[in-house]
Amino acid sequence: MDKDINITVKVWRQKGPKEKGHFETYELKNISQGSSFLEMLDILNEQLINEGKVPVVFDHDCREGICGMCSLYINGHPHGPDEDITTCQLHMRKFNDGDTITVEPWRSAGFPVIRDLMVDRTAFDKIIQAGGYVSVNTGGVPDANSIPIPRHDAEAAMDAAACIGCGACVAACKNGSAMLFVAAKVSQFALLPQGKVEAARRAKRMVAKMDELGFGNCTNTGACEVECPKNISITNIARLNREFLKAKFKD
Amino acid sequence: MSWLINSSIGRKVVQSLSGLFLILFLLFHMCMNVVLIFNYETYDFLANEILGANWWAIVGTLIIALGVVIHILYGIILTLQNQKARGKDKYASSSKTPQAWSSKNMFVLGLVILIFVLLHLYQMWYEMQFKELFHISGARTDGAQLVAEKFSQLWVVVAYIIGFIGLWFHLTHGFWSALHTVGWNNTVWMKRIKVLGNIVSTIICLGFIVVAIAVHLGYSNLLG
Ligand code: HEM
Ligand code: FES
Repeated sequence: MDKDINITVKVWRQKGPKEKGHFETYELKNISQGSSFLEMLDILNEQLINEGKVPVVFDHDCREGICGMCSLYINGHPHGPDEDITTCQLHMRKFNDGDTITVEPWRSAGFPVIRDLMVDRTAFDKIIQAGGYVSVNTGGVPDANSIPIPRHDAEAAMDAAACIGCGACVAACKNGSAMLFVAAKVSQFALLPQGKVEAARRAKRMVAKMDELGFGNCTNTGACEVECPKNISITNIARLNREFLKAKFKD
Repeated sequence: MSWLINSSIGRKVVQSLSGLFLILFLLFHMCMNVVLIFNYETYDFLANEILGANWWAIVGTLIIALGVVIHILYGIILTLQNQKARGKDKYASSSKTPQAWSSKNMFVLGLVILIFVLLHLYQMWYEMQFKELFHISGARTDGAQLVAEKFSQLWVVVAYIIGFIGLWFHLTHGFWSALHTVGWNNTVWMKRIKVLGNIVSTIICLGFIVVAIAVHLGYSNLLG
């Protein structure tokens, strides 16, 4: 049964990208375990506003696990202690009366803090712009069945396409590496005939952009896969390595 | 070929191939050590006539040394770059993400191996090939006897065991990670190459450790 619980939240506060941050501790009373984690933060912000203080800044949008905006490092886990969900899908049920909950922003050189819990993830957009697309010449829409695709490939491409680009992989990685994200984006196209055409160019450009933006070298610790809310497999990283090496040896 | 330096995947491929090359060398080295259990004379014949200061043995030694230097150099570069990519601010709630212990400690495990390798080179290689090559007096040609002398000291055996336990952990992650890095992995092969990695690591490390203990206890040169 859901109860009302009293909790302490330790939240990272930072006025701006260049400012030095610190933790603030807040007490919250009678939080329903039926509420979501972000609703709990909404209640905290209401409380802060009523006290005349500045509310905590955090990213969120769809609040149903599809947009990839929410991004909190909660008690040692990106997206909190639950499995295979985003922060917005996390419930207060996962916490007990009297708990202290530590809430931090994603931390990596590639994702600098903008304010409080909000980080700058435009690096991912830049990686996508570098090649994470299929150039389409518009015209009549061909019949889907005219291009046969093996079921296994279609499934694997679909699994890779489940990536919402939230950045939990980078946040979890001790190397601040973005390989799981890039691997998912390269794989979802490389597996399909439409994407194969630009596969070599895509792999090279996206990896080059990823390196340029200061993400680390993947050492296959597998932390990304464990924390990914969409269960993206690290075997996609092996595929990215394959695609990249194939492209380089073709040159 | 500049991508082997400039690109993250390129750097990982160098780390991977140099590591796999060292694994092959270790397999060969371990097999040769096992000969000690059976016959010292055969061992000395292999060490002096087949290897010794022959040109191919010298070239081989240089290639292995190059492999080691590249592996360590890249290991240091990768580790430093990754610390930088992590950023200055550390998490206050330390990571609770379950990960294989060895995968997080590859550099430290590498250091353990390095210290062991330096001890080993000083005790064995310096006394044999190095002294022979540079005509320093006292070069040993009785390799098996030299090994037996060193392994009669308990602390040497203990140092070897520690070194190889470090290597075992390094390789249980290193082997599958190396194959993954060169792209040889998928959902089916993931389990297989991890098991294969554990088998290879265990064969290598157990082989070296068993020989060290056997020689220490006198169970060597059995057919001599
Ligand atoms: C005989 C000795 C050694 C062998 C057989 C060996 C083998 C390997 C292998 C197979 C890998 C995996 C490469 C990959 O993930 O792509 C690796 C990674 C690594 N090794 Fe070694 N290694 C040895 C000694 C050392 C030494 C002496 C150091 C450093 C002082 C070192 C540091 C590293 C580092 C930092 C990595 C990267 C971690 C990673 O990618 O997960 N290794 N090693
Ligand atoms: S707010 Fe959209 S995924 Fe969480």
